Amino acid sequence: MIAAISNSGFGRAFSTPLGVIAGGFLILLVVVALFAPWITPFDIALQDLDNRNTAPAWPHLMGTDEFGRDVLSRVIYGARTSLSVSATAIGISVTVGMILGAAAGYFGGMFERAVMTVVDLTWSFPDILIALIFVAILGPGLTSTMFAIAIAYLAQFTRLTRAQIVRLKQETFVEATINLGASPIHIVFRHLLPNALAPVIVVAMLAIGDGIVLEATLGFFGLGAQPPTPSWGAMMSSGTAQLFIAPWVIILPGVAIAITVIAVNLFGDELVRALDIRDRLRGS
Amino acid sequence: MIIKYSIQRLLMIIPVSLSISVFIFLIVHMLPGDPIDNLIRVGSSPADRIALIAKYGLDQSLFKQYIIWIGRIFTGDFGDAIVLRRPVADLIGQNLPYSLQLGALAFAFSSIVGLILGITAWAARNSWVEQVVKGFILLGSTVPGFWLALLMILLFSVTLGWFPVSGAKTWSSIVLPVLTIGFGGIALVARVTRVALLDVAREDFITLLHAKGLSRPVILFRHLLPHALLPVVTILALRIGWILGGAVTVEFVFGRPGLGSLLIRALGQRDYPVVQGCLLMLALAVMLGTLIGDITQAAMDPRIREASK
Repeated sequence: MIAAISNSGFGRAFSTPLGVIAGGFLILLVVVALFAPWITPFDIALQDLDNRNTAPAWPHLMGTDEFGRDVLSRVIYGARTSLSVSATAIGISVTVGMILGAAAGYFGGMFERAVMTVVDLTWSFPDILIALIFVAILGPGLTSTMFAIAIAYLAQFTRLTRAQIVRLKQETFVEATINLGASPIHIVFRHLLPNALAPVIVVAMLAIGDGIVLEATLGFFGLGAQPPTPSWGAMMSSGTAQLFIAPWVIILPGVAIAITVIAVNLFGDELVRALDIRDRLRGS
Repeated sequence: MIIKYSIQRLLMIIPVSLSISVFIFLIVHMLPGDPIDNLIRVGSSPADRIALIAKYGLDQSLFKQYIIWIGRIFTGDFGDAIVLRRPVADLIGQNLPYSLQLGALAFAFSSIVGLILGITAWAARNSWVEQVVKGFILLGSTVPGFWLALLMILLFSVTLGWFPVSGAKTWSSIVLPVLTIGFGGIALVARVTRVALLDVAREDFITLLHAKGLSRPVILFRHLLPHALLPVVTILALRIGWILGGAVTVEFVFGRPGLGSLLIRALGQRDYPVVQGCLLMLALAVMLGTLIGDITQAAMDPRIREASK
């Protein structure tokens, strides 16, 4: 497994100090999110009303919130919410986007025009607006946040996949396969998509970073994770009332978001370099 | 030539805006809940309810409702807000100036500073200055807007006491929102400018100009920038719509009136006509931005004009 990763080109992203730091941080974050129940120093729901809004100090390394709950423990659990919501949403987005984009690029004609018109329409709107509209339709909560994020970034993957497929279709090996009488399904799934995969994976990775920010923004508006579910955005939303007396409740989850998204972007850049796909990302 | 292209491009707006209006109309009618629920008084009879539904035309077929809605919009009538009980056009008219003011200032600020930073980073490539600008670009494009807004309030309003925390009563209340929206914008413009300059600098004709012995400033301002500005102009034009959209979070945190706060409030109250009106205005802004971008690009680049013939 490890050998497979290091041979695939993805492993080469770890060949620079920056790649090791950013990638290492992301791996650490995933591990922390997975093992949150064993790592958190306090129960996330435990209210300690004698210790409300205490500043960061031992034993509450990130202080406590308005109910005396440990902020560090909630930030750790928040990583769980943010990462899983964003990753699932982008997973949906990538799957649907690749199918739409591949079909549009392969079949062309009226179908391509119809798909791309709708996609370009959503593409021209700010992601937060699209997400807001869909959360309004589906109602607040984590599931609708997930779908809203998936829809907000759908255009990106459809455009990217279509551009790859259109480019690949002109290659000799694809023409040869078509002339040999292969079925469209065989050509798309065995020859076109595998070759279009690398840029999509890198863009998906970067989009997970954007998804985390979008999830936090919806949570901050009170439209995402509902209390008492710990989420970075929702924590800041309830923290605004204590902005003046307990600023750490707002600052620290924000720092967690910022560091995570920066790590995602740095590692994404390293992947682009390692896989040598900068030109292919531009075409869409 | 450019006039012909502009007219062609303007005509394309018609089908696009019609499809956007259908899209917005349908989306808004998929919103759950019923605005009549917010309006009806406790203890009123089903007949009252039917009367209210008829009054706002909600008993007509969807197609008919759409035709009525779009027909009125051409006369400047966006309908009446169901919950706020005022003409939507009035509400938009009242809030739009705040959004335009904020958007225009943030746009100008981020474009100018972004361009300067991008050019500086390119001119000082392979030095610590480039690294600093690259770090800033990374920060600016990752930090969530609402969090930055809260940090600004903490630092400049609470700790330093320079600017008011919220509202739009004094001129100084616009400084922090502009800085917040501008932060991300500067990063975007600086990034696109820097990459465009790096791209153009690799072309053969630039090497030739160096070989001819032209000075670096002449090459930068006479030859490099005019080419590099093409993608920058596209991004800037696209940002006209994005700034209005991105202002949603910032208007909310700073408690400023504006199209964004109006939209958020209306979404919560399921006030269909207001949501439709706001979305339509934002969509128009986005389209206008793309249009301006395309025409400027065609004016700057003969290749695009020729291709459209």
